[in-house]
Amino acid sequence: MQPSYLAIGYWQLGFAAVLIVVNLALSIWLRLGLARSLVVASVRMVAQLLLVGMVLGYVFALRHPAPVVGIGLVMVLFAGVSAVNRTGRRFPAVYLSSLLSVFAASYLVTGAALLGILQVSPWYKPQYAIPLLGMVLGNILNGVSLSLDRFMDGVVRERAWIESELALGATRWEAGHGLVQASLRTGMIPTINSMMVMGVVSLPGMMTGQLLAGAAPGEAVRYQIVIVFMIAAATALGALGMVLLAFRALFNGQHQLRTERLHRPRPWRDALPARLRQLVPGK
Amino acid sequence: MRVQGLACIVSGTTLWQDVAFDLHPGMSLGLSGPTGSGKTSLLRILAGLQTPGQGGIRFAGKPQSAWWMPDYRAHVMYLPQRPALPEGTVQAALTAPFRLRAHRGQHYSAKVVQSYLDALQLPTVFLGKRAEELSGGESQLAALLRALLLEPVILLLDEPTASLDATYVGRVEQLLTQWRRTGTRASLWVSHDRAQLARVCDATLTLGR
Repeated sequence: MQPSYLAIGYWQLGFAAVLIVVNLALSIWLRLGLARSLVVASVRMVAQLLLVGMVLGYVFALRHPAPVVGIGLVMVLFAGVSAVNRTGRRFPAVYLSSLLSVFAASYLVTGAALLGILQVSPWYKPQYAIPLLGMVLGNILNGVSLSLDRFMDGVVRERAWIESELALGATRWEAGHGLVQASLRTGMIPTINSMMVMGVVSLPGMMTGQLLAGAAPGEAVRYQIVIVFMIAAATALGALGMVLLAFRALFNGQHQLRTERLHRPRPWRDALPARLRQLVPGK
Repeated sequence: MRVQGLACIVSGTTLWQDVAFDLHPGMSLGLSGPTGSGKTSLLRILAGLQTPGQGGIRFAGKPQSAWWMPDYRAHVMYLPQRPALPEGTVQAALTAPFRLRAHRGQHYSAKVVQSYLDALQLPTVFLGKRAEELSGGESQLAALLRALLLEPVILLLDEPTASLDATYVGRVEQLLTQWRRTGTRASLWVSHDRAQLARVCDATLTLGR
């Protein structure tokens, strides 16, 4: 059966890859020092997408919930770790906090959309569950990392003010809730900004994909609206979860601010237990 | 307040240990020691902003850990050397803490503020100044006023006159001496100026390195 869209062959992929020469030429001409990164990123992108295409093809054929949930968990793992890696500070259990927030927000909202809004049957149908989760995760990742970075940065920069409040008798929430609000605002603003211009300045990826696949514009738009509301809710929930967990990690039950728990990121080798560290060559 | 066997350990290094004293109502205890000897750490530990390495603090018959910390800090108030004031006028900074849960039931009194302004010979326009425009000394005065209005039982003063000129130093010393002489209040006063400690304190504790 002929698909309703124009299929892309390998020679067309190769032709598209030539476009990266524009970036390479610019990098070399202006001495941006990005040539190596561009090549590595291009190769990684192509390899990762081809691999995911194969895995998805396999999962789509299995028709079983376990691989769908499993792939979802792997995606959550990558999103949770990446959200922390984009920030400039760490506290103990920051990765666990990020994973929990990203997992809870993405599974809750995607689950609600699959079961309640789209009423997909069966609920785990991979061609719905995986792309929806992927889009939600991509945005949660941004929201969580922005709000976490703002919160940890604020705790350090506003330490004197926060401790002045605590010294006057403020509870940890009274002293820290302004920072929690500011951090959530930082995490949610990109989503709000993108909603403002959606359809006017930008045509979102999923909608474009559906249009290319031959869907009616009205149908594609309705899907996109659902997705955007999912993204907005999931980003807010993920950022809220992350900031509240960070708040609990940095303000203890004795209403003390624990900035000594914050440190700059260390190379991953340093995070290993001493015995394992010996097995990994250092710089 | 009773302090027993207190030790401050920072990153595995003992800054000081075996610190013990009683702070009775009406008393003013001086605290001196070289820079880096941990005077501010002692005040922060007494205020419950930092946990001691060892030892115990009792206030009003209860261990510090048995207190709900905001309530404890409303009674045992720490005044940092470089206080942070919220954005806005001095007046707004003075009224803001009355919204805190620990100060529920207390009310801002313009009359009391005026009495402190008179004691320090500060003009009333001082209340209209914006916090971000205050000099270091003016910030210290505003933070002292704010603390006094909240009626703590013990004031932990970290060089409260460090940024003030001699005239205001004298006025602050006089005001705080009068304040604690009501009989129920006490203060712990950190200063590098031994002459000042001799003027305003009944006894002095020295932290060594």
